Amino acid sequence: MYAQMVESGTSDDSAEAEAFQRRIDAGEKIEPKDWMPEGYRKTLIRQIGQHAHSEIVGQLPEGNWITRAPTLERKAILLAKVQDEAGHGLYLYCAAETLGVSRDELTEMLLDGRMKYSSIFNYPTLTWADMGAVGWLVDGAAIMNQVPLQRTSYGPYSRAMIRICKEESFHQRQGFDIMMKMANGTEAQKKMAQDALDRFWYPSLMMFGPSDKDSVHSAQSMAWKIKMNTNDELRQKFVDQTVPQAEYLGLAVPDPDLRWNETKGGYDFSEPDWSEFFEVIKGNGPCNRERLAARNKAWDEGKWVRDAMLAHARKKRAAKMVAE
Amino acid sequence: MDVFEFLCRMGDNTLVLGSRISEWCGHGPALEEEIALANTALDLIGQTQMWLGLAAEVECRGRTADDLAMLRDVWDFRNLLLVEQPKGDFGQTMMRQYLFDQFHLPYLEALVTSSDSRIAGVAAKAAKEAAYHLERSRMTVIALGDGTKESNNRMQAALDLLWPYAGEMFASDDVDRSLAKAGIAPDPKDLRAQYLEAVGWTMEEATLTIPEGQFCHAGGRTGARHSEHLGHLLSTMQWLQRAYPGATW
Repeated sequence: MYAQMVESGTSDDSAEAEAFQRRIDAGEKIEPKDWMPEGYRKTLIRQIGQHAHSEIVGQLPEGNWITRAPTLERKAILLAKVQDEAGHGLYLYCAAETLGVSRDELTEMLLDGRMKYSSIFNYPTLTWADMGAVGWLVDGAAIMNQVPLQRTSYGPYSRAMIRICKEESFHQRQGFDIMMKMANGTEAQKKMAQDALDRFWYPSLMMFGPSDKDSVHSAQSMAWKIKMNTNDELRQKFVDQTVPQAEYLGLAVPDPDLRWNETKGGYDFSEPDWSEFFEVIKGNGPCNRERLAARNKAWDEGKWVRDAMLAHARKKRAAKMVAE
Repeated sequence: MDVFEFLCRMGDNTLVLGSRISEWCGHGPALEEEIALANTALDLIGQTQMWLGLAAEVECRGRTADDLAMLRDVWDFRNLLLVEQPKGDFGQTMMRQYLFDQFHLPYLEALVTSSDSRIAGVAAKAAKEAAYHLERSRMTVIALGDGTKESNNRMQAALDLLWPYAGEMFASDDVDRSLAKAGIAPDPKDLRAQYLEAVGWTMEEATLTIPEGQFCHAGGRTGARHSEHLGHLLSTMQWLQRAYPGATW
């Protein structure tokens, strides 16, 4: 899940709002020119924007290893993956633009801290095994949320999700494949793999957002089918799927209280440290400063390029008009 | 071993340039440019796998493409000095790319008729990608040269800096002459006039001036004298393979 704690707008009891809700309940898709409550539009902009920003900032922890990838094939796969992520950002910004906000406006809100991106990208990638853990756990957690979002009520968002999900499942597989190689490799590689799981386990659980009982934004978003499952449901599903994979790899999930619960048909597990999560959200994660600084630097240093491209396009248009 | 030498020249160019471009991941001036840079880097790394794979096969010493990429030192690398130059600003990166692409595409197109069918096969596949690279780098150099006063100044500075590295592409040696004689690869010096003409047209459209003088740096494609930059690129790229010898990834 790349959207966390998205503040939900409220609906009203007008006849239009009631008709709108009936369309959603009937499973219809809402399209850009359709009437929609202001709260629905604003919530979607926040959620899609946060997701897009996460894709963009998410290039950084993986980009950190492209120049150090251990083989040509791994380098090519990682490049393809980071390229996909930039592409996902692009689809999502386009989806947000259909709601009346420009990509530049959203970018500026990311860069000055008014909008957030997923907490997970504020953690450092320290070894090559982290490329495995990011694909396996982080993309795995993202897919948990994104698969149901293919059925979300807003048409452009739903269509973007369908394209994105196809690529995300490839990302998760390549992450697991890296972990397999490491877990079956030398002692040093096994140690690297375990260390990566130790560091990424709880931050991955945090990706789903705080527990439902503390989540104030869920109900309206769920009624609007902007959010399809509760945070706790998705977290449980993620743990149930991932623990057997860790066992298969021969790695230990860093949770002494993890055990199978026959009655509920799922694992009992420890909650992440939510005080750490709130610190990361506030800007005090290990890499918040570096991530935002990197994106601000890219934006500022790219200004002359963007200005020049626009100026050249204007000159070409003017020359074409004179020729005509 | 002339063919091995030639294949290393091809593969090392794409490897070093691909690595250089990938330094931009997450740091580009606009999303579309980041995607295009990653895509170009991906193509070049793919071409590296083919060229160095073939080099390893021709060498017959049990080495793989990865061994050649990750376990040779500076003196064994055969890439042009141009492609190992630091990324600089976006203008410098795109100027480096254009100066290379304008050579790379015609060279690959000539290789398609190589008397060695394996080389012809790799060249045919790579030429399709190189055509797209050239189209994009040429358009970008023109747009940034023509765009604003600042962008024009930056692009002129990039051209002044990199032009002395362009001549090395056409500095033929015995390896080139022997391959040309065998019909395996064209002699690069025969492509020089066409190159100068094409670059001339591009720079005119970009409102940029090609520096005067015939001087060119050399020593990359023969391995005689690389720049100091290559060692740093290799120490990053080869670090895992060097630190954990024998591991598979």
